[in-house]
Amino acid sequence: MAGSGVAHLRGDQALLSVEDLVVEYRTSAGVVQAVSEVSFDVLPGETLGIVGESGCGKSTTGRAVLRLDTVTSGSIRFRGRAIEELGEREMRALRREMQMIFQDPVGSLNPRRPVRELVVEGLDIAGAPKREQEAAADRVLAAVGLADERFRDLLPRRLSGGQAQRVAIARALAVEPQLLICDEPVSALDVSVQAQILNLVEDLKRDLGLTVVFIAHDLSVVRTVSDRVLVMYLGKLCEFGEPEAVYASPAHPYTRALLDSVPQPDAVDGFSGPALEGDLPSPLSPPTGCRFRTRCPRADELCASEEPRVAEVRPGQFAACHHPLPVPEVPAASGDAADPVPAGSTA
Amino acid sequence: MTEPLLVVSHLHMHIGTPRGTVRAVDDVSLTIEAGQALGVVGESGSGKSMLARAVMGLLPPRAVRSGSIVFQGRDLMTLPVRQQRDLWGKQIGMVFQDPGRSLNPVVRVERQLTEGMRRHLGVSRSEARTRAVTLLDEVGVPDPERRLGNYPHQMSGGMRQRVMLAIALACEPDLLIADEPTTALDVTIQRQILDLLRRVQRSRGMAMMLISHDLSVVAGRTDRVAVMYAGRLAETGATRAVFAAPRHRYTHALLDATPTLHQERHARLRVIEGSLPDPTAPPPGCRFHQRCTAAVEGCATGAVPMESVGADHRIACLNPVGAPALVTAGGAHDGR
Repeated sequence: MAGSGVAHLRGDQALLSVEDLVVEYRTSAGVVQAVSEVSFDVLPGETLGIVGESGCGKSTTGRAVLRLDTVTSGSIRFRGRAIEELGEREMRALRREMQMIFQDPVGSLNPRRPVRELVVEGLDIAGAPKREQEAAADRVLAAVGLADERFRDLLPRRLSGGQAQRVAIARALAVEPQLLICDEPVSALDVSVQAQILNLVEDLKRDLGLTVVFIAHDLSVVRTVSDRVLVMYLGKLCEFGEPEAVYASPAHPYTRALLDSVPQPDAVDGFSGPALEGDLPSPLSPPTGCRFRTRCPRADELCASEEPRVAEVRPGQFAACHHPLPVPEVPAASGDAADPVPAGSTA
Repeated sequence: MTEPLLVVSHLHMHIGTPRGTVRAVDDVSLTIEAGQALGVVGESGSGKSMLARAVMGLLPPRAVRSGSIVFQGRDLMTLPVRQQRDLWGKQIGMVFQDPGRSLNPVVRVERQLTEGMRRHLGVSRSEARTRAVTLLDEVGVPDPERRLGNYPHQMSGGMRQRVMLAIALACEPDLLIADEPTTALDVTIQRQILDLLRRVQRSRGMAMMLISHDLSVVAGRTDRVAVMYAGRLAETGATRAVFAAPRHRYTHALLDATPTLHQERHARLRVIEGSLPDPTAPPPGCRFHQRCTAAVEGCATGAVPMESVGADHRIACLNPVGAPALVTAGGAHDGR
């Protein structure tokens, strides 16, 4: 998959703008480019969903924005300021405006501190007076639906997964951020609890005017929350656009394959299209050209020799692919298709 | 009609913990016919994995089983351990969630794959090797001859799960129990493994118990489904019928809460308020009643039996979805 390029960036009004981001990890077997020349931006009040399989670089991208991982090259601008140029002290101040929540809610909370202290730790570090901290704790705990007094003195291990994730969200809100980065916030939760947390994120976003980067592997979840979707594969950008367009008529063959791999409760054979062959290549030695070409049904010599650049395939829909897919003639496997999908994939 | 392959009747499994007795499986009865695929779905704490472990005899410490588990006419609960051991791996194969941890990390694939065949089928080493190559080929492992010499860490998660499946299939079991076999895998690899399981299950005419927290995983690949909640069975029936028109309030709510690929942007998801009851002190009556939006009188108190609501469709719900009127609560159904 594809490639690099900045054709899809929307310019100055973006709250967060990432250009040609490269993040490398050194391992005993060599250097891995976890994120390779990825660009994207997020407008104020928007939710950007980043989706992909393990190793695609989606979490690393989120961490890089907060400079939790060292950025090898590229630029990350938040409200016009280049974060790679900031000193550590300035960066610490900026992190109050950009908060992150993680997949393992219990593991991301200090096990020895009660909820009331956890949620205002950021304010405490910033030196806010006790009374302000208490007021903030009340406010954010109420905002995430944990107003009940009994939660205040609990330690993280006494919380359920859903409650712990609410605490993590409250903790992020306490410092009144503008940008919330959610890294797989619901993948450790049961379906019934997942829906509660997704609705909560939506409510908070609306009420507080938050801008959200929502990183997840679950395509259905990403569709629900996102205004724009970014699909990644092996450190590269594949596709970017509005969820309705990307899901109904994906331009990148990888997006198509990913969508076809999601089990469907309503499809006859459980899937809406054929399976993708093969395994993910090693990130230590990614394929030349387009990184997806080794599994791509449309790949040819060009894909092996030349890396595709991001280009606008249809208005507002961008893909990094030499052979993008056309809009399907039959609106593919969409909507309420109760008895759908001609391709009775016999696998 | 022939005897079902597996008949689980009034199975209980209680586990002693420092916080009290966990009623992990509580009065569960179900059957699997030969060659049939049964999906078992539920959220964490539903007892689905414990049900599988009870059938396999893989009990956690301080667990007590009661009821009966009749497999091919023999009750596994009373069968001497030696004879049970002959069943495991031979008539009943098992695949777990984490192929990395269930394979032995310091033993080559060849020995892990041939061990069971040598023991249960008494075949020679070279015969076992030949069969191993065929098996790996069947489960879609490329270059099987070379893979026999691999250690598990030399393979990807998807490949390891294929090897696990080959091991489970080696002695041609009549029943395959697959406990969250794709949960640790990426979606495109999950897809491959689910296709493979279904293909193998059909081509061998083998029965399968496919356990998952993900309703969609079970939807297209099983003949019948059992939905569990907090240790109890909520609903069983033909998979397609249950998904098309769930009758139990929990099944209905769970399907509603699951986002789909066709979700509208920022659409509010239906939620199930609250969380799972304390497994050491479950509420009386229906275990779901505290979170149920349609609970009626009786849900909080009396026992809620499984009752038939159609051909091969049973639920434990006093106020089911689509019931004509609440008057039927109390169970005036025929006792078929």
